[in-house]
Amino acid sequence: MDPLMLSRWQFGITTVYHFLFVPLTIGMAFATAGFQLAWYRTKKESYLRLTRFVGELFLINFALGVVTGIVQEFQFGMNWSSYSRFVGDIFGAPLAIEGLLAFFLESTFLGLWIFGWGRLSPRLHLVTIWVAAVGSAISAFIILAANSWMQHPVGYEVNAATGRAELKDFFALLTNSTALITFPHTIAAAFMTTGALLTGIALWRLIRRRADDEGAFRTTAKVGATMLLVSGLLVAVTGDIQGKIMTEQQPMKMAAAEALWTTEQPASFSIFTIGSLDGSQDVFSIRIPNLLSFLATGTLDGKVEGINDLQTQYEATYGAGDYTPNTAVTYWTFRLMIGTGILAALAAAWFLFGLRKGRVPGRFALATAIALPFLPLAANSFAWMFTEIGRQPWIVFGLMSTASAVSPTSSTFDVLVTMIGFTVLYGALAVVMVGLMVRRVRDGLPPAVADASLEHDADAALGFGY
Amino acid sequence: MELTTVWFALIAVLWIGYFVLEGFDFGVGILSPILGQTEPERRAILRTIGPVWDGNEVWVIVAGGATFAAFPEWYATLFSGFYLALFLILVALIVRGVGIEYRNKRGGAVWRQRWDIAIAICSFLPALLWGVAFANIVAGVPIDAHKQFTGNLITLLNPFGLLGGLTTLLLFITHGLVFLALKTEGELRNRANGLVTRVGLVTAVVAVAFLAWANVQTGNAASITVAVAAALALIGALVANRVRREGWAFIGSAVTIALAVVCLFLALFPDVMPSTTDPAFSLTTTNAASTQYTLTIMTVVAVIFTPLVLLYQGWTYWIFRKRVTVQAAPAKP
Repeated sequence: MDPLMLSRWQFGITTVYHFLFVPLTIGMAFATAGFQLAWYRTKKESYLRLTRFVGELFLINFALGVVTGIVQEFQFGMNWSSYSRFVGDIFGAPLAIEGLLAFFLESTFLGLWIFGWGRLSPRLHLVTIWVAAVGSAISAFIILAANSWMQHPVGYEVNAATGRAELKDFFALLTNSTALITFPHTIAAAFMTTGALLTGIALWRLIRRRADDEGAFRTTAKVGATMLLVSGLLVAVTGDIQGKIMTEQQPMKMAAAEALWTTEQPASFSIFTIGSLDGSQDVFSIRIPNLLSFLATGTLDGKVEGINDLQTQYEATYGAGDYTPNTAVTYWTFRLMIGTGILAALAAAWFLFGLRKGRVPGRFALATAIALPFLPLAANSFAWMFTEIGRQPWIVFGLMSTASAVSPTSSTFDVLVTMIGFTVLYGALAVVMVGLMVRRVRDGLPPAVADASLEHDADAALGFGY
Repeated sequence: MELTTVWFALIAVLWIGYFVLEGFDFGVGILSPILGQTEPERRAILRTIGPVWDGNEVWVIVAGGATFAAFPEWYATLFSGFYLALFLILVALIVRGVGIEYRNKRGGAVWRQRWDIAIAICSFLPALLWGVAFANIVAGVPIDAHKQFTGNLITLLNPFGLLGGLTTLLLFITHGLVFLALKTEGELRNRANGLVTRVGLVTAVVAVAFLAWANVQTGNAASITVAVAAALALIGALVANRVRREGWAFIGSAVTIALAVVCLFLALFPDVMPSTTDPAFSLTTTNAASTQYTLTIMTVVAVIFTPLVLLYQGWTYWIFRKRVTVQAAPAKP
């Protein structure tokens, strides 16, 4: 394999891995803050214990999110130095601003929250977790604005003398239509992921350890499932709008999502396909008439351009070349993203039903409860694979190809070493992390200690501090 | 002043922030298994950096991001060029961060012991490698006409680079010892305090040798003056520590590190990455910089938010200003 392919794999592995923790960090921060707010308002002991419990899971997850995030920032320069030179004037600014505005806020206030039990006033302590949560949301917006610029570059000019893209309008970058719709889509997905985790954990507790803290876990399961359902709906609505914007800005990606080779009007959507997706032969598929037209254009009989026509158009605009992404990947990731998301929402609805009037779903629901947290996590991963691979061969759509973005200095050996290194390390850390999460869930709710009188021991006794 | 110069200075400020703050984190991480003889002691040692280490580490993320934004060519050449060194730093920062957070999430002596060793090694590595990296930046590395680094990892491990690495390593250990003397009580404090003088004197010799060598290569009047001031600050820190004024000692070691960074940046200016292949290929504050527009926006953002960050980070240190006591009871069963 050449450095280009290896660098792409490395970016894919490290980014998908990093993004397992990101949505949970955002969602769990708000969930913890929500439980703590409930405790602050009602003074009910169970809310305090839930705050501790969810907060602890949040921190176990956050630790990995933070450390894998550093790799993200460094690897643009390490593996994609030509990209960095070309877009640094534009792309660097949001990265720096994200650190200055969001990361400092998140990490500093989280430190205050972890060690501030009993040391800060309850009110101020509550504020610290909310500030950290808001920090994570700010960070999401800024980095999504940066990614959206790669999907749909705005507010720039290419300087003919230097051959570099230059920023002309920073406000345009922040109000990029792609960013404005991707942000709510991603945040809703983060809440979906968190809702699924809370539901799965609470149901496991209810089914397996019903005697312990049934009330608290019943609340958690209901909160989680409701969160999952509501945010699932928001994910669908925002995703739909996003699809239409994407069709305008990157028509090839939408065509690739369906592996639609010839232009159709109206266009149908296939649920699944048996056979090849390269357009070479007839395949068996189950199709819903007019759905692709609706997804792409918002009307039932809208025209959806096919890959072959778009390829011709792109050649006319950008010169000779292959502008078709890997259709098998885009086709399946698109369906798996939607499919796993819908499954998660259905499971949440089922659980809510099963929890009505003091009931608890039977043991047959256990497997679903355990699987549930993984569904939105999978959906998130598929979504990023779809949108990043669907943009290929571009790294910045219409401006720079991925092939020309890689570091010219990277040798196969170098990239292989780092790729294997990160993959092995990440794999090992995942095992440790999941082990800790499972242990915490088995342990159940921690005792309620929030007495300022315990000062030193309050945090230590619960494993919050060191 | 040119905006490019302003940003050169701001990036120096970010690295100062990083080395002064994470410097003592690294020191504490290295020292915890050595200085802490019992589990409660090691625990207390890590507790001193507990609330702040993550915020401290953000300084390097912002420094990297700001370099990307203000000097994309510098960012691109440096990060792609110092590839394997940065990889090692990243791996160390990952393991270290997870270790600090996970160490007490489970009982068991073996679990904790393993993390303690991992934290120590993974604090040691970046403490050394950042110095190697900066020494090489200042001395210059082979860069071709296309602004590409043409060396490899071995290129960086030259005598001057290694001396730079040893300097940051020792400075951070001294800084960490002073911090521990400031933040702990009783026996632990005494032990840290006693070690400061011994380690500090070795540090002083190495640091003076390194800064002198750096100034011989690319120094100017300003950088030499600052280097002398850095050495005096270190002596001041050792003296203050000796008379048990640990707050002043900490200010002294922090100023030492800050001035050492200032010295290196003064020696570097107006280059950001000199080329040893041909001075004409050197990256400078002008040929590596972003456009005026981007720099202006970044300046506005930095002017508003940097003081704010300093304010709330400073407030965190104030909240956790009390000395950490060694508690007899272990945290979790």
